[in-house]
Amino acid sequence: MAGISGGKPTQMTMAQAINAGLRRALEDDAKTLIMGEDVGKLGGVFRVTDGLQKDFGEDRVVDTPLAESGIVGTAIGLALAGYRPVVEIQFDGFVYPAYDQIVSQLAKMHARALGHVKMPVVVRIPYGGGIGAVEHHSESPEAYFAHTAGLRVVSPSNPVDAYWMIQQAIKSDDPVVYFEPKRRYWTKAEIDPAAAPDPLHSARVVREGTDCTLVAYGPMVQTCLDAAGAAAADDGRNLEVIDLRSLSPVDFDTIEASVKRTGRLVVVHEAPTFLGMGSEIAARITERCFYHLEAPVLRVGGYHSPYPPSRIEEEYLPDLDRVLDAVDRSLAW
Amino acid sequence: MAVDHVGGPATGAGLPDPVRPDLDTSQTPGLVQLLTPEGERVEHPDWSIDLTDDEYRGLYRDLVLVRRFDAEATALQRQGELGLWASLLGQEAAQVGSGRALGAADYAFPTYREHGVAWCRGVDPLNLLGMFRGVNHGGWDPNSNNFHLYTIVIGSQALHAVGYAMGQQRSGTDGAVVAYFGDGASSQGDVNEAFTFAAVFNAPVVFFCQNNQWAISEPTERQMRVPLYQRAAGFGFPGVRVDGNDVLACLAVTRGALERARRGEGPMLIEAFTYRMGAHTTSDDPTRYRLAAELEAWKLKDPIERLKAYLHKNGLADAEFFADLEAESDELAKRVRHGVRNMPDPDPTLMFEHAYAEPHRLVDEERAEFTAYHASFKDQGQEGGH
Repeated sequence: MAGISGGKPTQMTMAQAINAGLRRALEDDAKTLIMGEDVGKLGGVFRVTDGLQKDFGEDRVVDTPLAESGIVGTAIGLALAGYRPVVEIQFDGFVYPAYDQIVSQLAKMHARALGHVKMPVVVRIPYGGGIGAVEHHSESPEAYFAHTAGLRVVSPSNPVDAYWMIQQAIKSDDPVVYFEPKRRYWTKAEIDPAAAPDPLHSARVVREGTDCTLVAYGPMVQTCLDAAGAAAADDGRNLEVIDLRSLSPVDFDTIEASVKRTGRLVVVHEAPTFLGMGSEIAARITERCFYHLEAPVLRVGGYHSPYPPSRIEEEYLPDLDRVLDAVDRSLAW
Repeated sequence: MAVDHVGGPATGAGLPDPVRPDLDTSQTPGLVQLLTPEGERVEHPDWSIDLTDDEYRGLYRDLVLVRRFDAEATALQRQGELGLWASLLGQEAAQVGSGRALGAADYAFPTYREHGVAWCRGVDPLNLLGMFRGVNHGGWDPNSNNFHLYTIVIGSQALHAVGYAMGQQRSGTDGAVVAYFGDGASSQGDVNEAFTFAAVFNAPVVFFCQNNQWAISEPTERQMRVPLYQRAAGFGFPGVRVDGNDVLACLAVTRGALERARRGEGPMLIEAFTYRMGAHTTSDDPTRYRLAAELEAWKLKDPIERLKAYLHKNGLADAEFFADLEAESDELAKRVRHGVRNMPDPDPTLMFEHAYAEPHRLVDEERAEFTAYHASFKDQGQEGGH
C-alpha cells in the first residue's frame, strides 16, 4: 500500500485508510513508532500495517515478541524516552495481559508525575464480532477502558473517520485507545487528504430525524443507519442517528440536543448492556433531558454471557430487527 | 524398566530445598566479593575496582547518610507523619554501589525502596516522602535526575526500563538503563517479558535484582528453584551474583554491566545477594515468619561496618572524619524531619489537575461541580461540608 498518491481523493477500505493515516503519521514525525505482533513483514493479521516496515524500517515498525504486557510496557518506556508509539493488540480478547500496564501505568503516569511526563501512546484494538471467529476474537471491551481516568477512548465507524482519527490520536499527548470495528475493515469510502477533520472527541449526527434518536459507535453505526433506512421505507418513521465516535470523553451535548428534539433515545452497541456505554449515556441523558423524554432511554446490546460461538453470534449481536424492536418499544411508551 | 518416581508432591512441599543453602554466601561459587564482612579487600578474577581514598570515603558517607535518612523516615512514620515507609535497612551497599555506577546519561527505574539510588542520583530525599505521607503519588520530574518515579506494582517498571533503553538505542545516545526489582518480582510476568524484550532487541539495560531473601513473608524458595542469577541464561544474556552487602563489588559489577550495555553488548542480570534487615514496610511484622537468628547472622555482614573497618585498618579516615559525618547525618535528619512536618496537604482540586495532559470535558465538568459544591458551604459561612 502506498498511501494516498499525490494528495488526491482516493477510494479506500477502512483498513487501507488506517494504513494511510499511520503512514502519514510516520512521515510527519520521526518519533512515531509502530509496535506489535506480526505488524512488520506480514503487515498485521488484518493488513492494517501493510508495507510500513518496508518503507520505514524495522526500528520504526517493530515486530515484537508475543507478549501484550511487554508491548505496552515497553511502549511506555519509549514514550518516556520521547517517542510516540502506536501499538497494535492483535485482537480484542488479547488485550487483557496488557490491562495492568494500560490501567495502572499508562493511564496514571501523567498524574503520578504531576504532569512532568506525558504518555503519547496509542493502543489500537480491532474489536467486535460478526466475522465468524473463534473465542476471544469478537469481544467489545471498550467500557473497561472508558471507565479508567487518564485514557481517551475512540472508535471510528467509517474509513474517512478512521483515517483522520488515527492521526489525531497519535498527535494527542494523552494515551488513546483506538477501537477498530473489524467487521467494517472492508467498507469503502473516498478519502480526501486535504479535507479538514472534525475534532477527535466530537460526536456527529449522521442522519437527521425527528421521531427517535439512535446513538451508536464503531460497527453499530451502519446497523443503525440501515435500521433508520428501513424504518423510513417501511413505516414512514424518521429516526436520527448519532455516531458517537469518542467514548471518553463523550460528547453529551450533541446527544442532548438531539434528544431534546426527538424525545426518545435508544443506545446501541455490541458490548453487553450491563454497565456498558449505554448505561452511562442513559443516566446522563436522563439527568439532562428528564422533562423532554417521552420514554425511558433504552439499550440494545450484547447479553451478560461470554461471547457465544460464532454459529449463534448473530443472535447475540444487535441487528436491524433488534434496533427497530427497541424503537417500537420507545415509541409505544 | 521401572520408573522410580513420577511427578512430585503437587504443592512442592517436601521437595529438596535447592536455594536456601545459598544463604551462606561463602558457599556460593562465583559470588563476586571485593570486600569481606571483616573489611578485607579481596580480588576477583573477573571484576576489579581501583578507587581513590576520597572515593572510599565518599561511598562510606553515602552509606551512612542513606541509612540515617531511612531511619528518620521510619521514625516519622511511627510519629504519624508518614502513612507508610518501606525501609532499605541492610540494602544500602547494593543501592549505593549500583547507584554510583550510573553515569549522567544513564537512567534508573526504581521500585518503591530505592532510596539509596535516589540519593546517588541527586534526588532530594524530601521528594521521596511525599507519596509516603500521602500528598502525592511521587510527583518529581523523572528527567531532572534521570530517576524515574517509584513504581509500586511489582515488576511493571522493568518493562518501562527496557522500553526506555530501546529509545536510547534509537536516539543514539550513549546512556544505558538500570532496572531495579527484587526477588519476588522475578516471578512476575512483566519481569520475564522484560528479559525477553531486552534480549531480542539487545537493549542497553542492566537488570539489578536486590535479592533480599524475603518477598514480604515469602522466602526465595517460594519464588524460584534455581539461584536467581542463573535465570538470565535461559533468556540468553549473562547473570552474575554479587555480594549485595559489598558496596565495592556492587559498584564494580554494575559499572562493568553498564559499560557492556553501552558498547552494544546487550543486557545483563545482576543478583545482589543481600538481606532485608527490617520489615517489608512499617505495616509488616517479620517476627511472624522468620527467625531472629537469621537476622543476627546477617548483622555480621553489615554493609556499613565492613567499609568502616576497611577505612580504619588502612588509615583512610580519622576521628574528625567520622565526627563530621555524624554531624552531617544529624543535619540531614533534621532537615528531613522539618521538611516532612511542614509538607502541606495539596489543594483538593489537585486530583483533577493532571488526570490528562490535554483538556478533557468530563474532568472539567466534575472539577466545576466540585468547586461549586465547596463554594456553596462558604456562602453559608461554613468552612466545609457536614
